[in-house]
Amino acid sequence: MTDTTERDQVLHVATLARVEGEGGMHIEYRDGEVTDVQLRIYEPPRFYEAFLRGRSYTEPPDITARICGICPVAYQTSSCWALEDACGVAVTDEIRLGRRLLYCGEWIESHALHIYLLHAPDFLGYDGAIEMAADHKDLVERGLRMKKAGNDLMDVVGGRSVHPVNVRLGGFYRMPSREELLALRPGLEQGLEDALATVSLVAAFDFPDLEQPYEYLSLRPEEGYPIEDGRVVTSSGTEFDVREFTEHIEEFHVPHSNALHARLDGSPVPYSVGPLARYSLNADRLGEVAREAAGRAGLGPMCRNPFRSIVVRAVEVVEAFTEALRIIDGWRDGVAPSVPVPARAGEGFGASEAPRGTLFHRYVIDDAGIIEDAQIVPPTSQNQPSVEADLRTLVQAWRHLDDEALVHRCEQAIRNYDPCISCATHFLDLTVDRG
Amino acid sequence: MSVTGTEVHAPSSRRSAPTLAVWKFASCDGCQLTLLNCEDELLALAGEVRIAYFPEATRGVLDGPYDVSLVEGSVTTPEDLERIQQVRQMSRTLITIGACATAGGIQALRNFADVAEFRSVVYAHPEYLSTLSRSTPISAHVSVDFELRGCPVDKRQLLEVLAATVQGRAPRVPSHSVCVECKRRGNLCVTVAHGTPCLGPVTQAGCGALCPSFDRGCYGCFGPQDTPNTSGIADRLLELGMSGPEVMRVFRTFNAAAEPFRRESERHESGADAGTHEEAGR
Repeated sequence: MTDTTERDQVLHVATLARVEGEGGMHIEYRDGEVTDVQLRIYEPPRFYEAFLRGRSYTEPPDITARICGICPVAYQTSSCWALEDACGVAVTDEIRLGRRLLYCGEWIESHALHIYLLHAPDFLGYDGAIEMAADHKDLVERGLRMKKAGNDLMDVVGGRSVHPVNVRLGGFYRMPSREELLALRPGLEQGLEDALATVSLVAAFDFPDLEQPYEYLSLRPEEGYPIEDGRVVTSSGTEFDVREFTEHIEEFHVPHSNALHARLDGSPVPYSVGPLARYSLNADRLGEVAREAAGRAGLGPMCRNPFRSIVVRAVEVVEAFTEALRIIDGWRDGVAPSVPVPARAGEGFGASEAPRGTLFHRYVIDDAGIIEDAQIVPPTSQNQPSVEADLRTLVQAWRHLDDEALVHRCEQAIRNYDPCISCATHFLDLTVDRG
Repeated sequence: MSVTGTEVHAPSSRRSAPTLAVWKFASCDGCQLTLLNCEDELLALAGEVRIAYFPEATRGVLDGPYDVSLVEGSVTTPEDLERIQQVRQMSRTLITIGACATAGGIQALRNFADVAEFRSVVYAHPEYLSTLSRSTPISAHVSVDFELRGCPVDKRQLLEVLAATVQGRAPRVPSHSVCVECKRRGNLCVTVAHGTPCLGPVTQAGCGALCPSFDRGCYGCFGPQDTPNTSGIADRLLELGMSGPEVMRVFRTFNAAAEPFRRESERHESGADAGTHEEAGR
């Protein structure tokens, strides 16, 4: 795995574990200085943006869901907003709440998976959750219980948790009944209790010191914490409507990755999306229960240590359970499941906060609703430059470690971003080259 | 309890638990996630089998060969052509899971187009990519012991296939249509009652008739059932007011390259002769 010459060294990790999708990492040292860090995404390209051309405008919610089995609702939601925007249609408040409710299920399922099954084993010193269960069965069971509560919510609102069937342009095929939703209440209450215990658990982990100066980007809605919708805000104070995202965000192709990279307003400073960005730009928007939990966990108004993303994820799970309970309690039967969305020629933009960060969609359709152009900017593309910059900083600081320890720490740094390689390729093999 | 050999052997049963490997090719990870979504069964399952290779869940790796391999995803790159051969050689039983692995997945839409053009639509530097012109199921390259359908696979069916494999029996996975599940569930037929276009009659069961239970027509994510009368259902879709291109698109989604669906979609391509119904029956 490691090739060492006298002066130079390469560290190469072929397959990164506990990430969604396939990628690796390549690090080169020359004379003790890090000269190159590459997050290599070799997840094979599937060409969604190409085969969406010529499809009907009603199809992206089902088709783009297949970009990612872990966050299909993010794809469904962003595509619905974009195509409804193209057609000049606004959905009702009830449909908007239904989308937020389904999305809460996805945040819970995805964050619980990442916290307990993928990320916590790093902090507690295990290869994976199954190995961790031998010593900490109660913890793994708690994670699985929360994950199940999220999946159960998705089953009721969406039909199933992987690639929900109930989402359509304009809303839903069938609205869940108040009775069906109230039956979920005990599981969600237990989930909220488990989520609060999770915040306490992860807040006590040991975090390496690392403060990164990245620009943060997130949605910010008129009210509440950003989940399904909002305007774009950044930590440098830029604010723009989702309709303007292509004027600010530019994707580019680097040779070592099948996932495009993105930059903001032409800046060489990486920008990042996801829990840290969302929290840092919207801590004031958390509900009381999550805000208090964040305070107890020692999170200030801004969090700049990528390793503490696990704490923010736990706080977001608290928020998602709280929101789901609030929405269910206010649910009324007898509202229209969807609004009509007649096709018209135009361009539409949509965005939502996938568990891993802001997910943008843009479509151009003709007057018969046939898609002429499609553009999808997933969170992992936007985070790749930050991941590489984190690795560059850390590898320099950790250069005294032996290769095995270094590789393990680097993998952890990558997992901070919960990278979803399937999404970004439209993951990880680690190489270190020591100088 | 006897004090003879059986007791002596009891501790070794843990050692002889079959090893399980989970492999990924071009896919969305949703089918492997379905395994992790078995929240109530996951820890018990980890007691029955030894998870030997599952990078999405653990960095721990046991060396092969493996008793059971689950393969997700389709073959789309020159490297994958070689890797699937290695996976087959390392696996006593190889089970493919999901529409990508069993039919080529949504990415098989490239099979109907020019992949060079696809590449240049998405990527500024198509020369950085290494990709095949067709997305193909695992069975196109190696022998497969069992194919589990679905986009994504159904959790109960996945557990049944794993249980059956560990127990050395045939999995109880029906190959009849979604219609049977609808009847069993007591659903009103969405086509008969509301004129909603539905692929249920030609689609393999397994989901529990999910879409019709949500007032929606089946969109065929489990692929063709055993004996699908695709031209019959296509005629009905046309009668219900769908256009030729629309009928083509409904057959051309997550199982677009599954033979009966491929053939039917090609009959409705613009310019295709509408009078070739007999062909479809073959």
